[in-house]
Amino acid sequence: MAALMQNEAFQVALWAMVKVGIILGVMLGVVSYLIYAERKICGHIQARTGPNRVGPLGLLQPIADVGKLLFKEEFIPAGANKVVFHIAPILAVFPAIVTFSVIPMGPAPMFVVTDINVGLLLFLAMSSLGVYAITLGGWSSNNKYALLGGLRSSAQMISYELALGLSTIPVLLRSGTLSLSGIVDSQAGNLKAFGTTLPLPNWGIFHWYLVLPFFIFLICSFAETNRAPFDLPEAEGELVAGFHTEYSSMKWALFFLGEYMNMIVICSIMVTLYLGGWHGPGVDKFAPLGLVWFLTKLFALLFFFIWVRWTYPRLRYDQLMGFGWKVLLPASIVNVVIAAVWLYWRANA
Amino acid sequence: MLAYLPVLLFVLVGLGFGAVTIGLSTIIVPRRENAVKNSAYECGVEPVGNARGRFSVKFYLVAVLFILFDIEAVFLYPWAVSFHQLGLYGLIEMVLFILILLAGYFYLLKKRALEWE
Repeated sequence: MAALMQNEAFQVALWAMVKVGIILGVMLGVVSYLIYAERKICGHIQARTGPNRVGPLGLLQPIADVGKLLFKEEFIPAGANKVVFHIAPILAVFPAIVTFSVIPMGPAPMFVVTDINVGLLLFLAMSSLGVYAITLGGWSSNNKYALLGGLRSSAQMISYELALGLSTIPVLLRSGTLSLSGIVDSQAGNLKAFGTTLPLPNWGIFHWYLVLPFFIFLICSFAETNRAPFDLPEAEGELVAGFHTEYSSMKWALFFLGEYMNMIVICSIMVTLYLGGWHGPGVDKFAPLGLVWFLTKLFALLFFFIWVRWTYPRLRYDQLMGFGWKVLLPASIVNVVIAAVWLYWRANA
Repeated sequence: MLAYLPVLLFVLVGLGFGAVTIGLSTIIVPRRENAVKNSAYECGVEPVGNARGRFSVKFYLVAVLFILFDIEAVFLYPWAVSFHQLGLYGLIEMVLFILILLAGYFYLLKKRALEWE
């Protein structure tokens, strides 16, 4: 036993197990209250009060919802492909959980699960896997609305993934590493420009060649998480509920959970790449403040996601595909070239 | 390689979480099946045919175009990471590569492959 405790691999695994437990638990709690926040904010935007019956201010609503979903009757439509029908909801939550292993939530080693040197690639790979859940779920239901929703969604997600991937390249040009901790470290301190140190943090967003990529990434994240104004896969006026029309009970809950977890993951990546990660005033004196800064930025972005969803109308499908392919893709490619030329000139002139 | 061990654990937990949730729910949820409940939902009318028919070729086209441009992005990542070591040679090579791809992009525009009518 003592020998086992000394084993380095065992120690790493043990710490990772503790952290995965904490992260999963916190994520589930945050997701349930994110849904509550979404309903509450949506209510206030539409001049209603939102949920207010279960507990004070409706704060127990998420718990009641989970209880209800657990005991709902479940249908599996006749003619559905049963194996794929069961696998799809698992795939919906899987990528979000895996991506959380590489996101630095504060100074290492306490708030970092692991720092692999291909962290950003892991995020991109996992965000691509998210397409499978929706496509397979839509196809296996043997329902025309679900099929259309799944197809629309896969076409939309792969189109916007291109611009999303290309908009991270200027960040890499600056940081010179794919490790997310390395990218956060490259944003420490104050912004240096015009030969002086400005009273601004050295975050990605404050470098002019990263402003456009930030907004491209933001727009693509709406499309990747299938939220309004890009919620075509589940456009309820046209497709009932899109890819999850035939899902009920906990399988439906897993899709819902996956959607919100993906939102948290993609906002965390945005914080990491463009908004300085966990850096903020006072972090060098007191390390846990890093986590506070990270969560503050994360929740600000999440609020922005909710705000946008309840403010903008849905796009038409041809507008959506046209915008991704004809505006975002060329803009991000041109931005890569401009950023590369600028960084080369600055390093060598 | 030890840094990848936590990722592997997260993969297992990620798969296990979904599988356990679905497994538990199949045990506790009530099931009172009948033919009407199990038919595909089409807004209350009798379902017509099934959903295993043909769909627009446009979706295949988007998938093929995605692969082309995604491979471009894959080439850009290693270049971006070692950008400062590669110097001017790397910069010019990559600008040429992007220009060739942009030529293909304009061909797509010209062929109206990106229109959704």
